[in-house]
Amino acid sequence: MSSVAAPAGVFALSRLMKSPAVRRFVYGALGLSVLFVIWEIGTLFLHFNPATRTFVTFGPIPTLEAFPTLWGEGKIQSAMAASGYRMGLGLFLAIVIGVPIGILMGRSKRFRELSNSPFQFLRMISPLAWMPLAVLVYPAWDQAIVFLIAIASVWPVAFATAAGLAKVDPAWFKVARNLGAKAVHMLTQVIMPAIAFDVLTGIRLALGVAWIVLVPAELLGVTSGLGYAIKDARETLSYNHLTAMVLVIGIIGYILDSACVVLIKRYSWHHRRA
Amino acid sequence: MTVRGVHIKIQDLTHRYTAKSPICFEKTNLEAKRGEALAIIGRSGCGKSTLLHIMAGLLKPTSGAVYLDDELVDKPSPRWVMMFQAPHLFPWMKVSQNVGIGLHFAGWSEAKKRDRVAEAINLVALQDYAENNVQDLSGGQQQRVALARSLVMEPEMLLLDEPFSALDAFTRAALQRDVRSIAKRLGINLVIVTHDIDEAVLMADRALIMAGSPGKIYDELDIDLPDPRERQDPTVQAMRARLMEAFHKAAGGAPAGGASCNGHEEPEIGNGGSAKPQVVSAAAMKKGKKG
Repeated sequence: MSSVAAPAGVFALSRLMKSPAVRRFVYGALGLSVLFVIWEIGTLFLHFNPATRTFVTFGPIPTLEAFPTLWGEGKIQSAMAASGYRMGLGLFLAIVIGVPIGILMGRSKRFRELSNSPFQFLRMISPLAWMPLAVLVYPAWDQAIVFLIAIASVWPVAFATAAGLAKVDPAWFKVARNLGAKAVHMLTQVIMPAIAFDVLTGIRLALGVAWIVLVPAELLGVTSGLGYAIKDARETLSYNHLTAMVLVIGIIGYILDSACVVLIKRYSWHHRRA
Repeated sequence: MTVRGVHIKIQDLTHRYTAKSPICFEKTNLEAKRGEALAIIGRSGCGKSTLLHIMAGLLKPTSGAVYLDDELVDKPSPRWVMMFQAPHLFPWMKVSQNVGIGLHFAGWSEAKKRDRVAEAINLVALQDYAENNVQDLSGGQQQRVALARSLVMEPEMLLLDEPFSALDAFTRAALQRDVRSIAKRLGINLVIVTHDIDEAVLMADRALIMAGSPGKIYDELDIDLPDPRERQDPTVQAMRARLMEAFHKAAGGAPAGGASCNGHEEPEIGNGGSAKPQVVSAAAMKKGKKG
């Protein structure tokens, strides 16, 4: 009987794997498990070397064990709230400034030619290089960090918007005008839906950049946020708290990126043709 | 839908794109009766498409004017709409949303819009596709959506700028027949710009032949044929021959079949229509020469 049941089970599993959602989940879980095993192996090396044995709490098991403590103390929540506020405000400013700049670059040839060199120049300055200047200019560290995030993430948004607009078919404007569209309709019914995909792709890139800038920026000056939490854990030698916060950063970044991907899919009309 | 045609009057129309560019056409005069289907035939570059853009209010003429029932056309309006060579649908919208976009611009309520859109979609026989994304549709179906999008505005005049030239022969023939029958049923004016003699014979009540540089209307021919018109019908064939002859006279070339006509001056004949076979034959000729 078992010889019949086994192939049936395999068959059911292979059929289940045909569903893209199941497939994605299974492979995702498998990939993460591999990462986890490599991490554990690394910890074993720390364990067997007497010189590094004190760092053994870097391992995955002590890290996972730290979560309830950190959550119970409210450390994860408060760090997320502080970082989330800085990042949200920084990204918001980047979008509010970046999208109109991108539309201008896409629509006006003169503006594009005029702005290209200065924008490319500014874009290539490492966001963290602005740090000393930002600290001097802004009275509070919080504002300086928001500025750093905004200046880092404004470029992907602006350039993606401009690139999206460059692909807009000029005939759409002619058709819309022909059917009685006013300027506001051009913006809300033609331009916005046409470039939503590109703007969201730019925001996804900006999110990645902002997330990378946020943590090092929080290592200095401030006394809240995910970056600070890591620094604090290091100074108190609670290594498992440190790795737990690193894990939190990874998880949040992953969730935010996935949310962007969902939005991009929702507003994409490019690949509809089968 | 309640639609009526309009009396078209074009007075001393002259156009040049810039002060330095050559004149497209000079002091052109033209009149069309209410509900008349007019075809303007000419080779590429004779200014026929420019004339159509001016009639749609999408382009301002250098001098002269277009009147529809004594109303000056100086801007685009949903009352005189144009259909282009490509459908240019909004790919992020469903069929029904594309059809209703003009009504949306005009500020119609959702409920009022729904009925009118359904009516227009029925008119072009796409009721089974109303909720599909337009990218799922074939080229011919997309051009039908563009037609419905124009008709939903209840225009008095429909301007067609070689609207079927990108379609295959069968789809093209079906649309030529359907657009004429819809226009006749609704009583709206048609103005078709084409380089396809067959299209003019199948769709128009009157054909105008435009030629030269600057462009000028050289000749006109009443196409007094019963509906529905079939390509193979001897009377249609005879009319096509007459129109062809008039075209060649106007173009200053020899009569149909003459040796002096080059491909550029000749309008498109037959139901093939697409540029592809021409490209192939040109390549084949080159090959032949080399060999």
